[in-house]
Amino acid sequence: MNSREQILAKVAANQSATLSLPADVTFTPDGDVLETFKAVALAVGSKLFEVNQVSEIPGMITEQFPFAKRIVSPLPEMAVIAETDLAGINDPHTLKDVDLAILQPHFAVAENSAAWITEDRMGQRIVPFICQHLAIIVPVQDIVATMHQAYERIANADYGFGGFIAGPSKTADIEQSLVLGAHGPRSMTIFLVR
Amino acid sequence: MNSEQKEHAGLAETFNKDEDRVNWHDETLWWIRQKRDKSAHNIPEWETLRNTASAIKNHVLSNLHNYLVEFEANAKANGIIVHWAANAQEHNQIVHGILKEHGITQMVKSKSMLTEECHLNEYLAQQGVDVIDSDLGERIVQLAKEPPSHIVLPCIHKKKEEIGEIFHENLGTPAGVSDPQVLTETARQHLRETFLTRKVALTGVNFAIAETGDFVVCTNEGNADMGAHLSDVHIACMGIEKLIPKRRHLAIFLRLLTRSATGQPITTYSSHFRKPRPGQQMHLVLVDNGRSTQLGRPDFRNSLKCIRCGACMNTCPVYRRSGGHSYHSAIAGPIGSILAPNLDMRQYADLPFASTLCGSCSNVCPVKIDIHDQLYKWRQVIVKEGYGNKAKGVGLKVMNWTLSSPGAYHTAGKLGRAVMRIAPFAVNNPLNPWYKHREMPQAPKESFGEWYKKNRK
Ligand code: SF4
Repeated sequence: MNSREQILAKVAANQSATLSLPADVTFTPDGDVLETFKAVALAVGSKLFEVNQVSEIPGMITEQFPFAKRIVSPLPEMAVIAETDLAGINDPHTLKDVDLAILQPHFAVAENSAAWITEDRMGQRIVPFICQHLAIIVPVQDIVATMHQAYERIANADYGFGGFIAGPSKTADIEQSLVLGAHGPRSMTIFLVR
Repeated sequence: MNSEQKEHAGLAETFNKDEDRVNWHDETLWWIRQKRDKSAHNIPEWETLRNTASAIKNHVLSNLHNYLVEFEANAKANGIIVHWAANAQEHNQIVHGILKEHGITQMVKSKSMLTEECHLNEYLAQQGVDVIDSDLGERIVQLAKEPPSHIVLPCIHKKKEEIGEIFHENLGTPAGVSDPQVLTETARQHLRETFLTRKVALTGVNFAIAETGDFVVCTNEGNADMGAHLSDVHIACMGIEKLIPKRRHLAIFLRLLTRSATGQPITTYSSHFRKPRPGQQMHLVLVDNGRSTQLGRPDFRNSLKCIRCGACMNTCPVYRRSGGHSYHSAIAGPIGSILAPNLDMRQYADLPFASTLCGSCSNVCPVKIDIHDQLYKWRQVIVKEGYGNKAKGVGLKVMNWTLSSPGAYHTAGKLGRAVMRIAPFAVNNPLNPWYKHREMPQAPKESFGEWYKKNRK
């Protein structure tokens, strides 16, 4: 017997009689979804800007990130300030000097300010992690209350890679002092589109 | 050091030599426990989430064979190469085999308690492979040539001055620098170079979904993603108990995990890996290493529900005052004391005795493992099997450390809080108004008095 068969046989022999799978639970908290989102996003260290149109964003970015030499974004609306042909990149290492990436996730979650994004919206998988700063665009109608609604929305989507991102990368490994900018972006800016 | 001679009492005594450090360690972990409470109390449905998570995990464990088969089939269909390892040695050989196949002698690794359990780094070092741990806390203990002392907070036992010293010696920071901001920035620069130059990245797995073949990795630092997405070969290693049935069940587990661990609403990154990137190879190693044996012990099988949040350690009055290394096992604290004797009853016979059985661990556990009951049951098994000698006297010493906390009684106002923190086992009294608090531990099967009398002999 190889290890696979051995392990499976032992598991089958040792597991208990089947216990039932509990019914699905879902909760919708009281409270305004947008207000909750904003409060939690600030609490986890994100910066927030509210705009009326996506077209306002490039100008605000130029203002907020004057130091950014290399800006990337798969969004055509950002072409005035960013490289947008990311899908054509063969070697993700060439993105090592990206100062700012601008992405639009599918939606965000109020209870933890996490934004769900799949690789087709990243340009390259490494983009939201390797950039020094990350900005995301979230239309206010694309905010759900909790992770229950989030997974209802994701449902059985087919993706190669997807993830929730909540705030800038961080660590508190040294005496529990919070430091923003561990290995991923040093900052997270959220543009809420009304 | 011969690991067979290690025992909790002696190791904890060493840790206790530095009283200031013990008090600081104790208070830091209690502070994290309080953040957990605050976060949990913000969620009115918290108890329903715990009950549901527990029931889902119980269901998975009772149907693990089929879920493993389902997961494997889906992962393979997604283009992932699946391996099975019966034990730690086989796991290490599989990982090394993949590295050899690609002619690789350097690897970057994000946090994986499983690879600690298997002693992968030591094994690979013997084979001439250099492994760099990329989680900041793990990198720090790796440079210090120590194991992690906590599953979520690997270097919680280290002061920033000591970390500054380690960085000075290894990463060239000026002597005397101990500012966390500066040290973290140094590690960021040093590890960025590592991420950019390593062709193979190994990550752990927090959850694996049978229905879709996804595996989910949670970090705050982004180190798992930096390694994985820049690598030609991604190796993910997981214990066979990490499965959950459906993708939507992640809602429950992700709501519970980080709130229980650190009080955060979610980790910064919850990455769902499903298919390799074009041109990339993705391997997944499913590891048994004693889990199927534990599954066959009805009294202990539900310890396999553990999602490694660390809450039971943060709340444990013994862990807080004896330090993670006193458990001489990859996973410390209350849950480690249940898992370790399954692997080697003789070597870890002392661990189930390194507890006051106060039950605080069971009360915070997000998947409702009856941790303190299992510790009590292990004691009986260990004594019956003739390994009781190693455990002798541990109980008494445990009481000494947990009660000798001079710093905590300074002000009368602090007393109630201090009693909860220092001696949660002492307040199992219905007359005590604190008893009504919903986080209060339930009375252990054996009252503390009886247990203390029995163990002081
Ligand atoms: S036993 Fe429970 S509390 Fe302890 S680490 Fe595991 S899940 Fe967390």
